[in-house]
Amino acid sequence: MTGGRRVRVMVAKPGLDGHDRGARIIARAYRDAGFEVVYSGLHQSPEEIVEAAIQEDVDMIGLSSLAGAHRYLFPRVVELLKENGIDDIIVVGGGIIPEDDIPKMKAAGIKEIFTPGSPLEQIVQWVKDHVTPREV
Amino acid sequence: MNEIVEKVIAGDVRTAARLIRDIDDRMPHVRDILKALYPYTGRAYVIGITGAPGVGKSTLVDRMVSHLRQREKTVGVLAVDPTSPFSGGAILGDRVRMQRHSMDKGVFIRSLATRGHFGGVTQSTRSAIDVLDAMGKDYIIVETVGVGQDEVDVVKSAHTTVIVVIPGMGDDIQAIKAGILEVGDIFLINKADRDGADKTMTDLRLMIDMDQKKYAEGRWKPPILKAQAVFDEGVVELIEAIDRHRAYIEETCGTLRFRQQRRHVREELAQLIKDRLVEEMIGRLIASGEFDQAVDRIADGSLDPYSACDDLVLPHLQI
Repeated sequence: MTGGRRVRVMVAKPGLDGHDRGARIIARAYRDAGFEVVYSGLHQSPEEIVEAAIQEDVDMIGLSSLAGAHRYLFPRVVELLKENGIDDIIVVGGGIIPEDDIPKMKAAGIKEIFTPGSPLEQIVQWVKDHVTPREV
Repeated sequence: MNEIVEKVIAGDVRTAARLIRDIDDRMPHVRDILKALYPYTGRAYVIGITGAPGVGKSTLVDRMVSHLRQREKTVGVLAVDPTSPFSGGAILGDRVRMQRHSMDKGVFIRSLATRGHFGGVTQSTRSAIDVLDAMGKDYIIVETVGVGQDEVDVVKSAHTTVIVVIPGMGDDIQAIKAGILEVGDIFLINKADRDGADKTMTDLRLMIDMDQKKYAEGRWKPPILKAQAVFDEGVVELIEAIDRHRAYIEETCGTLRFRQQRRHVREELAQLIKDRLVEEMIGRLIASGEFDQAVDRIADGSLDPYSACDDLVLPHLQI
């Protein structure tokens, strides 16, 4: 009632992709699930996303890409977290990601990929199942 | 000294960010950390920005940060957005307008959710200000959610409170009259290219002039400024007005610390006691099952809530 951890997530749009309706819908679904959602806005570099995630102390970063640059941008976010010594922020991705790329993304440290048509309930449930706010 | 305290004082971003989360989540261990940090606070200049939703607060803050950075001042921003009363979740979108500062090491931006009234947004914002202050930020800007009684509480922590309005919101001026006119140190009419800017200016001036007596004896009289924050127009003038207000405070109060005058301290302390007591009391009553028993009895009509409250609270007040 008074205190206790809340799940904090960041929804971010890396790169030059200018379409964020999907990201906004996800943000809204997360909010309705009771998460605090920091929305970064469009055209963010991986560096900016990671810096914002640190300042906001989020448990998860959700990256959205519809423009095909996910192969560089998503792994770069994971890399930068590592470089900053952060091992407790989960990274997931969504958007137009070709089937073939999914294993590569996961090998690069992206925990899950949601492609178009993934039901919102499933995306929310995944967070509930896999993201726990840090204890101390 | 505690490691967290040491790191915050050294300006470590990750430690400070995590501490603010712990404050927000009301983790018990933060009390001791805040106690240890308190002696390192009182140096930052705190600016409160408030006004109705959509008046351009985030854009204004973004521009203010740029100007303060040009002066080589470091800046902390606390941007508050509303928590959904239904889900408890929140979308925190103020960063979108402040993207240009995201790689600037001299700027720390943190989004906070109101998390309802229970638990006191005021106190966690106040404590977050202390963290940024102890980190050594020269300026801390607190951007509130839309106008209301609570947001007024948030700006009580500010040295200078800026009320942002836009033309053509006559009814909102009425709201200001009732609620927040007294707390405004500076009024800013944003989006001043819109029709009705002059009328808004006249309305505000009239209301401020009605308090003539208050401004006698050399007391600060709130200036009314016009701006178009999105084009960076009028922002320098705003910062200059803040400078003048700061000079006034330093002259009349001696130091910034004393701006937190007795009545502010009184309220802060009362709020802390209230939060602490409520948390302890409800926690105990829930743990013992008494709380839920009372809820059941009220729900089935066998007890009224007033008696229930007496039954639950009074035994704890006997010393």
